[in-house]
Amino acid sequence: MNIIEKLKKAELKGRGGAGFPTYLKWESVLKEKSDLKYIICNAAEGELDLKKDKYILENYLDEVLNGIKIALETIDNSLAYIYLNKEYYSLIKDKVRDPKITLIQEEGGYIGGEETVAINVIEGKNPEPRKRPPFVSQKGLFQKPTLVNNVETFYYVSKIEKGEYEQERFYMLVGESIKGGVYELKEKMTIREILKETNNYPKEPFYVQAGGGVCGEIFLEEEFDQEIIGEGFIRVITYNEDPFKIMERWAEFLNSQNCDKCTPCREGIYRILEMVKNRNLKGIEEIFLALEKTSFCALGRGAPTSFRSLINKVILK
Amino acid sequence: MINIEIDGKKLKVEEGKTILEIARENNIEIPSLCYHEDVLPKEGCRLCLVEIEGMKGLHTSCGTYALDNMVIRTKTKEILETRKTNLKLLFAQHVEKCNECVWNNRCKMLDYAKKWKVSINEWEDRKKDYPKYIFGNAISYDSSKCINCFNCVQICQNQGIGFLEVKKEGAFHKVVPSKDKNKDCVYCGQCVSHCPSGTFSPVNPSLEIEKKIKEGKYVVFQYAPAIRSSIGEEFGFDYGSIVIEQMIAGIKKLGVKKVFDVSLGADLVTIEEANELIERVTKKEKLPMFTSCCPAWVKYVEFYKPELIPNLTEVKSPHILLGGLIKTYFAEKEKIEAKDIVVVSVMPCTSKKYEIQREELKIDGENCVDYVLTTHELATLFLKHKIDLSKIKGEDKDELLGFSSSAGVIFGSSGGVAESATRTAFYKLLNKKIEKIDFKEFRGVKEIKEAIVQIGDIKLRVAVVHGLKNAKEIIENNLSDFDYIEVMSCPMGCVGGGGQPVPTSKEIRKKRSDALYKIDAEAEIRIADENPRVQKIYQDFLTNKEIINKIAYTKFSQKQKEN
Repeated sequence: MNIIEKLKKAELKGRGGAGFPTYLKWESVLKEKSDLKYIICNAAEGELDLKKDKYILENYLDEVLNGIKIALETIDNSLAYIYLNKEYYSLIKDKVRDPKITLIQEEGGYIGGEETVAINVIEGKNPEPRKRPPFVSQKGLFQKPTLVNNVETFYYVSKIEKGEYEQERFYMLVGESIKGGVYELKEKMTIREILKETNNYPKEPFYVQAGGGVCGEIFLEEEFDQEIIGEGFIRVITYNEDPFKIMERWAEFLNSQNCDKCTPCREGIYRILEMVKNRNLKGIEEIFLALEKTSFCALGRGAPTSFRSLINKVILK
Repeated sequence: MINIEIDGKKLKVEEGKTILEIARENNIEIPSLCYHEDVLPKEGCRLCLVEIEGMKGLHTSCGTYALDNMVIRTKTKEILETRKTNLKLLFAQHVEKCNECVWNNRCKMLDYAKKWKVSINEWEDRKKDYPKYIFGNAISYDSSKCINCFNCVQICQNQGIGFLEVKKEGAFHKVVPSKDKNKDCVYCGQCVSHCPSGTFSPVNPSLEIEKKIKEGKYVVFQYAPAIRSSIGEEFGFDYGSIVIEQMIAGIKKLGVKKVFDVSLGADLVTIEEANELIERVTKKEKLPMFTSCCPAWVKYVEFYKPELIPNLTEVKSPHILLGGLIKTYFAEKEKIEAKDIVVVSVMPCTSKKYEIQREELKIDGENCVDYVLTTHELATLFLKHKIDLSKIKGEDKDELLGFSSSAGVIFGSSGGVAESATRTAFYKLLNKKIEKIDFKEFRGVKEIKEAIVQIGDIKLRVAVVHGLKNAKEIIENNLSDFDYIEVMSCPMGCVGGGGQPVPTSKEIRKKRSDALYKIDAEAEIRIADENPRVQKIYQDFLTNKEIINKIAYTKFSQKQKEN
């Protein structure tokens, strides 16, 4: 059985957050005709408080590199880049010696992880998203077909190739009231199971943010019996914490990390920050709408999710 | 051809165009601010979003190509609502300083706000404390007005300059002047022409000029070749309308004593420049010879390519030459002291504001030109004095320095200087036997034009270039292929200058240019040498080498970073 079939059988989905079936990505790059193709291992990890990929690079670098090698062998005439969060770059720069793998430092912060931003940065251009189509599998890096997978995805590619994959994934848990950390657990676990199994279930009343980092939705305790869709990240928030402070932190983060290319994201998030700081949310829904409907990229379009669910589920209750 | 539908209107259109282009061609209004046809779409302002049937979400019409059978809607409730929010957000970063703005009275942002009933002051302007920069006392960059479209950065790169850069400071990306010691502004002003929010503007000396007039100084205006086909735009004339007599009457109404035509200066430049060219080509010295009437180009050579300074023709630019004549020849005739004359040039140009500060241009300690007003600034001055060129009765220009050949008029368009000088070279070398007068190979929108002109025994290899990046390309690749190269910094030459009215586009520039060539086609005197005024000036005043040198020639020198 070749690797594509193995990936398909294992039902591996991309671990960068979007959850796209990995074998389909690989297939679409394979079927393109080109003298040269590229592979990018995305280790930009720029989400607020998220350090899952860092944990993997620190503990399982060999598996990740093996995953990249499998891609290099599968895709003819290909070269690979590892696109790294600045902090992670120094972590592994002396440990990668494969002439076919080049390390690149990420730029652009939070949005630097978006795959078309990554491509622009590797090409030496401004860290801004590109318009799709064309999709990167057709015309990506230097206009060549390009496979972009997350660090964790390459880790599991290696596991699958070796027959060691057990439908697991990595979760990162954070919060003032818990110990937190990175855990490798079964893929299909509910929020409650994850918190309980890792002993991160606070005694006092709390809620969580899950599935999308800073843009992840809020789930109340009665909603804990569902799996996490998207990023393996859970923020535990107790009712003692000031929800405005939480939003302020999100807005500060987005305001300083976005690319400033489009009006709703650049100016809208700045105004959200202002409103949250002033504890006056009048007019915020209008900005949410502009962000969702008119932002250039998915990061801007997804930005209102967390704010809106925190406001509706926690503040207005 | 493909079939598309916009807001229920069925259209058959050419393939390969964006939805916005098609909409505009068919008079369907889609608002937009950051789009400009001279730069790549950045899709940043988010005002031009449309809905496309079968495609998720909204899409920018400036960045989306129309495909066969597309059904497009531009006015859904969702579009109208979010568009308003985005405009409000744009206003929330932009500090309104409307009176001094190049877009005053034709501001798209304000028009949209009025039409859509958007409150423009809901929030405190984010950029209220942003600084203002002045480049070369020619261009002002008020960053508190910027709406982050970055057209200026792209156009500066398109010029091959890259002086304007995007830098992240704190949480935000800003446009900043480069700190790189190898990059400097050449004052071409294309940032002014391509900024949708009036962030860039020429440094305006109107108040000082008004003061001089009030004080009773002898104020003389002279207007550049390219002004005549553009100033009308500010008063509702069609693009390409020739508005001279009305403008002269308007200037006189301001209290100005005399109005002269820089095209006469251009005739004199032509004669001197043709002499220099013939001499260099005959001696095979300092070739290729470059034109030097464009001060942005001169600054470019002085800063970026100082090794080519000897290749610039040393003849002064037309308005400097004529300004010098006003303060000597004219002053003598009128018995006025040079120091009592104030010369104001009306120019399509921002870099002329820099040029007039050059010490080496002074004659007997006096500036040849004291102030430069751009086309737009003159129009603003007219408006302030309630002078409407569409209603005013025209007046003739002042005879003494007011008459030019039509070769001096086409100086305003790319190719005009080369054509005028070539006509004169023929005239001189072939003893007034004109074999050819129209050099169509020098004309048109093409950025680099090449031609070989055989004049008697002399084979003249000519290149005509507009846009500094194209000049750079020739310099770096095939400089030795040419004997004479005309360079204009702005697109299509002065008709597309940084001091011209906004908006600008390929079509607008072409109409301005065509109007100048129309004047030329219909003119009786089409060669500088045949201009009786020119002949008289040489007879009466420019009678020996020494005086010619003093009035008509200058020197250039290497420049250090100024900004």
